[in-house]
Amino acid sequence: MTEMKTSISGAKLAPGSNLKKLSAKASAQQRTSWYLVSPLVMVLGFFLVLPILTIVIVSFWDYNDYNFFPAFVFENYAYLLTSPVTLATYLKTFKFMILVWIFCTTIGFTIAYFLAFHVRTLPMQITLFLICTVPFWTSNIIRMISWIPFLGRNGLANSALINTGVIDQPLDWLLFSDFAVVLAFVHLYCLFMVVPVFNTMMRIDKSLIEAARDAGASNFQILTNVIIPLTKPGIMIGSIFVVTLVMGDFITVRFMSGGQSASVGRVISNEIALLQYPAAAASAVVLLITVLIMIGIMMRFVDIRKEL
Amino acid sequence: MSALELIATTKTYGEIVAVDAIDYKFASGTYSCLLGPSGCGKSSTLRMIAGHETVSGGDIILGGINITDLPPAARGTAMMFQDYALFPHLSVIDNVAFSQKMQGIQKATRRARAMELLELVDMQEYAERIPDQLSGGQQQRVALARALITEPSILLLDEPLSALDPFLRIKMRAELKKLQRSLGISFIHVTHSQDEALALADQIIVMNNAVIEQSGSPMEVFNKPNSEFVAKFIGGHNVLPTDAGKIAIRTDRIKIQKDKAKGSMSAIIRDVEFLGSTVNVAMDAGSRGEVVASVTDSIFYNQPMEIGETVFLKWNKKDAHRLAE
Repeated sequence: MTEMKTSISGAKLAPGSNLKKLSAKASAQQRTSWYLVSPLVMVLGFFLVLPILTIVIVSFWDYNDYNFFPAFVFENYAYLLTSPVTLATYLKTFKFMILVWIFCTTIGFTIAYFLAFHVRTLPMQITLFLICTVPFWTSNIIRMISWIPFLGRNGLANSALINTGVIDQPLDWLLFSDFAVVLAFVHLYCLFMVVPVFNTMMRIDKSLIEAARDAGASNFQILTNVIIPLTKPGIMIGSIFVVTLVMGDFITVRFMSGGQSASVGRVISNEIALLQYPAAAASAVVLLITVLIMIGIMMRFVDIRKEL
Repeated sequence: MSALELIATTKTYGEIVAVDAIDYKFASGTYSCLLGPSGCGKSSTLRMIAGHETVSGGDIILGGINITDLPPAARGTAMMFQDYALFPHLSVIDNVAFSQKMQGIQKATRRARAMELLELVDMQEYAERIPDQLSGGQQQRVALARALITEPSILLLDEPLSALDPFLRIKMRAELKKLQRSLGISFIHVTHSQDEALALADQIIVMNNAVIEQSGSPMEVFNKPNSEFVAKFIGGHNVLPTDAGKIAIRTDRIKIQKDKAKGSMSAIIRDVEFLGSTVNVAMDAGSRGEVVASVTDSIFYNQPMEIGETVFLKWNKKDAHRLAE
């Protein structure tokens, strides 16, 4: 600090030499800053930028039945963007995404609301919250497969319905159907909505609820005028999780639809299985851009920065 | 006009009694302060009046109507919360108009009314700001406007000045008093600061251990504390044991003399605190414990005193108040 002062006051007397000193000091400080950010830059560069760059490069390569090789062709994109299959799979994926989002938001919000506002003691809140996470102690695949004996033609659901006389014939659409896909998605990803929404709700000052009640708001008015507006950032973070997870998924759709439903992720996975890496890369790039646009739109509605 | 009456009002949390069957009548159009240390039951009392806490026993009557079990908005009370509890997602004007929005009043009408209230608290220029962009004092004005828009017959204030810095606190307390006078409604103000209560209140209700220790005008409470607790809590008093029980004497009514006289009490000066216009002299009176005398600066400098010096204390008989055991 004193050094700085002397060099600044000295600058008036001998501008040339002291200015040099000053700029040397500034550049030294700048170098320190660079050193400090370098680990993060390297990690992000190596694990994020580099892979994406590779995918983008490969997406312009060419391929034949058994090999792919460096080139600069737009064929992958041209085929992808003109094929009616692409549109159909995207529509199908959007349909899953929207349905899953609706159910996850409704169920997730309800659970979080119950935990945050109806459970009164903190230990109980934490206990119930941990119970919500119990299914997540097993792998995705196991949780998905466990639906099969439940939803199958002779599964628990159908037997129970037949035994109680609700239906005569087993329901076919319970398993290996879009219903099953959405059900599994909601089961898998609901917690990703519960956690951020619960987190935001816990930060709502309880005196705001009292202030609303003091102003004559009914419970429903408190929900719509106070809780929902204040929970928006949490809902948005949960939505980003759910949307990106569903958009990129391929295994749930394959398992739960019995291979009958398509999704963007499945298209990419199939292309990889057929060693059509450039085509898969192009699909991945288009998917990435789509998801980024969707997140961009969502961020326009709600400022989530204050949550982070 | 509507008086508020507490009749054996009780609040229990399980085994714990927070408010123990208190009886009190708040006259209409007065400024009352519930004063007491934390945990004395003053906030629970206020919250029961507001309807934010269920009443465990007894009744609350406002203007001849039993409001014990009515919802907060149906009571004719409005509450101003300790940290103001402004809605962070709404602009100042929408915060003030909130209760009218809940009643389904048209946007233009309710905003016009909210603007009138903002003018009352001199905040009309900030109507479109959000609460985060306001200072503590400004937030408090908005909270006042929001509470007053419901046209309550009683405004309940829960430690309204505790979040402000000392300078602003004194300014806002003058404004609160002025507002109460001009509106002519009752204010019930919870505080743990005796200065605040003395400065603001028409009636002070001192609470301790879930019951009312003493109530009365600030002068009554300050000049005639009826228990050791009140004398100590309200400040400015010495509590001394005598043969006939404990007595309270105001610190500024104790005279310090250098020479021994008949009926005087000897003490050793332990500390001298200069407070501007007065000087606090802390003394050790042996078996009678600590005594503080508050003397004016001119007296102090005419008769300088050293720490460690032995002095003799006197007071007029009428200044000593017998305290209840």
